[in-house]
Amino acid sequence: MSVVPDTTTKITFTDNNTKFNSQGVQFIINPYDELSLTKALEIAEKVGGTVTVATVGLADAEPVIRKALAIGANDAIRINAEPVEGMFVAQQLAEIIKNDNYDIVLTGRESIDYNGGQVTGILAELLNWPSVNVCTKMELVDGKMHFERDIDGGRQSVIANLPVIASAQKDLCEPRIPNMKGIMAARTKPLTVKEPVQLELKAHYESFESPSAKQAVRMIDAEQAGQLIDILRNEIKIIA
Amino acid sequence: MGTINFEELKDRNFGKDRYVQPDFYNIDELLSEEHILIRNSVRDWVKRELSPVIEEYAQKAEFPHQIIKGLGEIGAFGPQLPAEYGCGGMDYTTYGLIMQELERCDSGIRSTASVQGSLVMYPIYKFGSEEQKHKYLPKLAKGELMGCFGLTEPDHGSNPGGMTTNIKDMGDHYLLNGAKMWISNAPFADIAVVWAKNEEGKVRGIIVERGYEGFTTPETHGKWSLRASATGELVFDNVKVPKENLLPHVEGLKGPLTCLNSARYGISWGAVGAAMDCYDSALQYAKQRNQFGRPIAGFQLQQKKLAEMLTEITKAQLVCWRLGNLMNNGKATPAQISLAKRNNVEIALDIAREARQIHGAMGITGEYSIMRHMMNLESVVTYEGTHDVHLLILGMEITGENAFV
Repeated sequence: MSVVPDTTTKITFTDNNTKFNSQGVQFIINPYDELSLTKALEIAEKVGGTVTVATVGLADAEPVIRKALAIGANDAIRINAEPVEGMFVAQQLAEIIKNDNYDIVLTGRESIDYNGGQVTGILAELLNWPSVNVCTKMELVDGKMHFERDIDGGRQSVIANLPVIASAQKDLCEPRIPNMKGIMAARTKPLTVKEPVQLELKAHYESFESPSAKQAVRMIDAEQAGQLIDILRNEIKIIA
Repeated sequence: MGTINFEELKDRNFGKDRYVQPDFYNIDELLSEEHILIRNSVRDWVKRELSPVIEEYAQKAEFPHQIIKGLGEIGAFGPQLPAEYGCGGMDYTTYGLIMQELERCDSGIRSTASVQGSLVMYPIYKFGSEEQKHKYLPKLAKGELMGCFGLTEPDHGSNPGGMTTNIKDMGDHYLLNGAKMWISNAPFADIAVVWAKNEEGKVRGIIVERGYEGFTTPETHGKWSLRASATGELVFDNVKVPKENLLPHVEGLKGPLTCLNSARYGISWGAVGAAMDCYDSALQYAKQRNQFGRPIAGFQLQQKKLAEMLTEITKAQLVCWRLGNLMNNGKATPAQISLAKRNNVEIALDIAREARQIHGAMGITGEYSIMRHMMNLESVVTYEGTHDVHLLILGMEITGENAFV
């Protein structure tokens, strides 16, 4: 589960445009991960089992993890490291998954902050598990996972043996809002902190750039349509 | 039930509520992680379940019964009462935050929750027998039972001590006679906590269940305020009430007044919620509405309105937060609660009126929540101690002189 800035956040950068400025930012569960959490709970409620939430993040991620427990996860693991890039996160998660006996790992199709979309695939590779990406339906039937995915012009159905890893696409389910009972229960649910395995970083973010500021609308008289072509060609240079 | 298709309305209007709370002094930093989690969860619930439907229900003067179960689940009914009775076991700050989020959407819905939590559950918890607590509280917390509170009478509003509703000890039961008026939740309530005088003229609390012979709850129609909340009368015509329904642990006006303190505390938070919604809506509107070739937010007179709104909201938020801490420590006095209720409802009303002006003609339509808030607050400024009565409570506290009689 990724912890990401609230969708209404104004994005700015610090340290010479190499770091996201988290000052005053509200953090939330990555919306795609919230769907996978909800789906995991639905599956566990239907066929039994428990749901563990795993996050690579520093201590400031804990309020968001607590929310996941309030929504209904049984326990949580926080790997005490900054989630610097996809390969690093996948390797850390792989360690956790190898050490325990999980049948299904659900992720989001991507995080809504850096939009890397890498963790699911790398994780599957590291674990040597089958993976199904960007699913709009997930169901556990007779010990096999049934998935549906939207593809160009149609829909694809996939059936996979366990263990399997899959990522959630929107419309998978309706996310749950924590209720008072869940919030009370979350107080005593275990949140284990594990130290990360030491890894050599194979990639790092070089710099970020914000989109240029929106310009004011200019009205061009319908009689002067030629002027529009002139502006697009010579001033904004988007047509040749 | 009703003429409105709740589910269809919910789907149609989902996502239109874009509320962002003002927090100019970073007051969130004074709250715990759990406070914020609960507050945000209630906000999400309101945006999903309530905001999409509230305008239609208010326009048609209907109460949205479909939300009761959800209100129970998010903890809106007696969150401050102990978990052993099926309640939240949370602090008063949590209770206040929940009231704030509900009233951010509509004072009428907050009223339903206030009445249930502070005026029905609280007296049963505080003054009831162990049997009464176990019988009623868990169901009231879930919304499986709904309650109302009978204190005000047609001729006794600010002067509840003059009440004429009475109980007579008939040996194996009490005989209840009289009438109560302006009772929120009355038309659908399953139980009523009623305050009545006994033969010695002492005020006692008694639980009256729907279905007792001689007990009726006619609805009050034609309200221009709290239209999404059901209001009615309680009429008792020789109602036989079992003896075990008497609240054993309180006698005198202290009983109902203690409940009102708890409810007024919630109102002081709730009113700020309404004010924050008006401010947020006015700010968004002012930034997008163009006149004379630019957004009206750029004009000084609009900025003055917005700046003053935010100033009053910030002050009121701090009053709430501090009063919450006093409540949590059992130290809040009735006069401190009066100050908060009086001030916060007044600033909310002023902000609603100013916000209405910023919205121009659009402000009078149901497209925006402003006019609904404004009309609702006209009730809020009057119920649970009128604006003037709270002033006299403060006056008495300051001077030691009673100006009521």
